[in-house]
Amino acid sequence: MVLSLIHKSTPLILSVDGVSKSFDGFKAINDLSFYLEEGELRTVIGPNGAGKSTFMDLITARTRPDEGQITLHLEEGHDVDLRRVREHQVSQLGIGRKFQNPTVYASHSVYDNLLLSLNNNRGIWASLRFKEQKRDREKIFEVMKAIRLQDVKGTLAGALSHGQKQWLEIGMLLAQDPKIMLVDEPAAGMSDEETDRTGELLLGLAGKHSLIVIEHDMEFVRQIASRVTVLHQGSVLKEGDFDTVRSDEKVVEVYLGRQARKH
Amino acid sequence: MNIFDTKKELSGFVLAGFILMGLLPLSNTIVPEDSIFHVAGYQLSLWGKYITYAVLAMSLNLLWGYTGLLCLCQSLFFALGGYAFGMYLMLQVGVDPVYNTALPDFMDFLGYSELPGYWKPFKNPVFTMLAVMAVPGLVAFVFGFLAFQSRIKGVYFSILTQALTYAVCLLFFQNKFTLLWVDFTFGGNNGFTDFKKILGANINDASTTRWLFIGSTAFMLIVYALISIMLKTKFGKVQQAIRDSENRVRFSGYSTTTYKLFIFVLSGVIAGIAGAFYVPQVGIINPGEMTAAKSLDVVVWVALGGRGTKFGPILGAIVVSMLKSYATRAFPDSWLIILGAIFILVVLFMPNGLVGLPKQLAPWINRIRGKERRANTRKTVTAP
Repeated sequence: MVLSLIHKSTPLILSVDGVSKSFDGFKAINDLSFYLEEGELRTVIGPNGAGKSTFMDLITARTRPDEGQITLHLEEGHDVDLRRVREHQVSQLGIGRKFQNPTVYASHSVYDNLLLSLNNNRGIWASLRFKEQKRDREKIFEVMKAIRLQDVKGTLAGALSHGQKQWLEIGMLLAQDPKIMLVDEPAAGMSDEETDRTGELLLGLAGKHSLIVIEHDMEFVRQIASRVTVLHQGSVLKEGDFDTVRSDEKVVEVYLGRQARKH
Repeated sequence: MNIFDTKKELSGFVLAGFILMGLLPLSNTIVPEDSIFHVAGYQLSLWGKYITYAVLAMSLNLLWGYTGLLCLCQSLFFALGGYAFGMYLMLQVGVDPVYNTALPDFMDFLGYSELPGYWKPFKNPVFTMLAVMAVPGLVAFVFGFLAFQSRIKGVYFSILTQALTYAVCLLFFQNKFTLLWVDFTFGGNNGFTDFKKILGANINDASTTRWLFIGSTAFMLIVYALISIMLKTKFGKVQQAIRDSENRVRFSGYSTTTYKLFIFVLSGVIAGIAGAFYVPQVGIINPGEMTAAKSLDVVVWVALGGRGTKFGPILGAIVVSMLKSYATRAFPDSWLIILGAIFILVVLFMPNGLVGLPKQLAPWINRIRGKERRANTRKTVTAP
């Protein structure tokens, strides 16, 4: 009942209800509930081992939950049970995922990397007979402009800088026109300038897409965050805007405190 | 659509077709035997064998070079195609004058009085040709389905394919074996040999030799063109993307399992057809062709020639096979050590194989040339 109330007051795109997942007796995710609104940019933080990656694996059908429900809300109350889809179908439903390490096709050009990510038929016969259309090219150029790689469109992805690879992978998600983008540590290994630009890019995407960003770098989190969810030991410890979370005692203790002690 | 990358490649392809399918067979017929331009029949057979090896290497390259699947059962597919065609050839031998039986001789020795049911359709050449493709294809499909479905990859995939080769090889070494409630017999460790006729012609005729050679080269060129076309399509790009990052491909919405399975079956079918061309040209097929070591040979060919290049596997297969023909005569005891040493050298110093060698040496050559050029310019400056 409570759930349906939430659903009516704010248009949700993703609900995770009371999900648990154990690996060999270790509870990686423990009764986790998480709701994402349409067009929202949400940052998920938490110390190592808090279950951030497992959380993403659950949403992208890489692992199945032991308990609880994961639902994708599409138009007009059409809901999809994400526990029952297969990995390669997840992107067809409109969920794109960027991995922690930039994962691009090293021996293909930037252009081809994006071409392979477009929302065309992905079957074998369709791929064998595929002919590039004008709208494919336009879409690719639009994405290249957004990720500022239009000057290196012919370059092999393996030859790009680390930051450029990260952007290319974000671009590959964009080419899929995803409803939800899961972005795992987009700023890892980037220079300050690159980090700023990545922040701008993500902020520009919010609204058109719903984003979940996992991040360690607190400076970056402050730049992009509207709403922050703190994970700890597989459940939500605190949720709120950056300053609320930052000043919360429990959060400081489990996460920020550790960092503070380090410095 | 232009299927080749460069005009040079196109002319190379046409030239290869012209020489292999026209000039060589012609110089076997028209040119008199005492001329130095005469190509003897045994040489055609030998080169025909090399060419079937080249196709075998291309089929592995399709998996290993372009999709990143190091498959160690390529010789199994090759031998299965060869065995299927060998069954047809055995049934063409006719009535044995000494033992007065129409059965393949090994069946007679094993006490068979009539042909087993699964042998009978192999009297038909069309059925045989379908079986040449279907048997390796089916094995690849079943094995590939199980392996890819359970996400077996990398070195585990290689080990499993090697185990499969070993298991089937052991079965074929037996005179009789039972599989799925059927008793099979394929001649045990002697395999099939002593073929007499193929499609109505005498298998030892000079013209049969020529046609087999032409058929093998035609098949090689077809496979080459097929791979060229595939690499140009989006399919080929997905294939290479799987090699670089399978997870990303899967999260871009492609069922990588289906893609890999398709390529695995295709590769098995190509290897099987190559095996069918191999058997009548060498005149024998036995389980020795499907040992694990034979599969490793194919890996060496591809690595030596240049993995993930179109021409590399052909070059590697032919160079190593020629070297083997020579070295097994000249150094019969140390041949395997030589092969091993070559493989190690290639892995350590030639990551792109023979095909990549010019590019690898280019900086050295340029440096030497640059020195010359500088010397030349100095001369012109000092002597105005």
